[in-house]
Amino acid sequence: MRKVFLSVVGFAMICRLNVSAQTRTDSLSSKPAPSLYTPVEQHDVSGYNPRALKLDEVDLVSSYYNQNGNHSAVTGGIGSEKVTDFANGLDLKFVWGDPNYKKNTISLGMGFDYHTAASQAFVSQTGASKQGGTRVYPSFDYTVENPTLRNTFGFGAYYSGEYNYHSLGADIHFSQKTPSKNGEFSFKLQGYFDRVSLIYPSEFVPQPTTNNSGGTTVITTASGNTILSGEDGYQKKNIPSSPRTTYSASFSYSQVLSPRLQIMFLADLVGQNGYLGLPFHRVYFNTAKDTIEKLPSNRYKLPLGFRANYFLGDNIILRAYYRYYMDTWGIKSNTAGIEVPIKINPFFSISPFYRYYDQTAAKYFAPYEAHSPGDPFYTSNYEYSKFRADFYGVGFRIAPPKGVFGWQNFHDLEIRYGHYAQTTDLVSDVVSINIGFK
Amino acid sequence: MTINRLKITGCFLLAMSMASCVQVKEYQKSRLNDAEMAMGNRKVEKNELNFESYREAASGANAGKTGGGCGCN
Repeated sequence: MRKVFLSVVGFAMICRLNVSAQTRTDSLSSKPAPSLYTPVEQHDVSGYNPRALKLDEVDLVSSYYNQNGNHSAVTGGIGSEKVTDFANGLDLKFVWGDPNYKKNTISLGMGFDYHTAASQAFVSQTGASKQGGTRVYPSFDYTVENPTLRNTFGFGAYYSGEYNYHSLGADIHFSQKTPSKNGEFSFKLQGYFDRVSLIYPSEFVPQPTTNNSGGTTVITTASGNTILSGEDGYQKKNIPSSPRTTYSASFSYSQVLSPRLQIMFLADLVGQNGYLGLPFHRVYFNTAKDTIEKLPSNRYKLPLGFRANYFLGDNIILRAYYRYYMDTWGIKSNTAGIEVPIKINPFFSISPFYRYYDQTAAKYFAPYEAHSPGDPFYTSNYEYSKFRADFYGVGFRIAPPKGVFGWQNFHDLEIRYGHYAQTTDLVSDVVSINIGFK
Repeated sequence: MTINRLKITGCFLLAMSMASCVQVKEYQKSRLNDAEMAMGNRKVEKNELNFESYREAASGANAGKTGGGCGCN
């Protein structure tokens, strides 16, 4: 089609020149030379500022997650693990330039989740605790890109709040491209400063009592709350909490190896200390007596990852990933994933994917009624058990040049479904949608 | 058996990458600049990474969470 178009244009040009050459008088001197050039209409650009702040991108991600299983940590490794979670996130990206041609980006995010968990009801021994909960997690990031020096620098901050867990986080990050722009090194330092609310299973909380001391009535509730009743009425005290701190240093290096292939190496060094269990996780000893999960107060993790993306032919892409993981709790893990986006046309692709995962058990894990009271640490949380997991599904991406459904600003639409199954019998399904505006 | 398969796959990918290592010019990057070739995670994967960090003991080295920030590991 392109060849036909160029041939027609070329033929038209030749004809036009020939017509001019065969006129009797030399008309070229009095007429402007024939040309295909059309003068560009002049617009008033006085108000245009290429460096002005603008909203560059808006992304809305929503997911619905549904899970079933029979090894809840709340009930000591037995009992329903039924969970549903409806997660929504909105990300806004603002960009602007500066006189030194640097590109500044501010990203603002807001996430909101609502979940229900069957096991949560059994924080209370009678199953009377509420099953639902919410989580709110705003985020902020500022990044400046210097195209002259081929580097970026930035910092970010985040908050996550739910009924029993509050977290504040911050990071700084830096990246540097090689002179050829085929390689890029990235570095990120990150810290999370969390508080775990000490909500214990009801049998470990003293029964509500009323004491009169100096005109104040103290009522200790099953949830761990202490309510003071004085002359000014009731005062509800905060539930006590314990800190959990996480530091991580992340490194990555990506390299373009050919016009079709690029790879990336990733490594994180992670250190955690503080209260690393959850206070409402029960453990049943082999004496049939129950207690609260007890885990060491520090943990160091070393995950190492590798990615490779390869454009095969004109329509197929291979996205491969592998990760090896080890930590000081004795867990070793392998993760391998492959995704194969197939481009039906330049604007629509279908991406089947498969992810393999395995892990060894933590030194402190044992199932229901298998721990001995003499063990220094104990948990029956199956997250720390030995298992294998398969995750597979398919994604769709639409990004037409005139916008999705002809709406120019509706830049792209992604829908993805996955089915996840562990050898612990935990199964889940997740469906996600991403709506991108530019 | 599975580990061996993973090692073989890793060696294959490494060999493939070494064999095809050339200096790539900007005008040759049309395929590399395709949205599906982005090295990071897809935006639509965000919540999948979140649930994996709750259900599995391993995390990190995926440009996602490494621990902390939620009631997960």
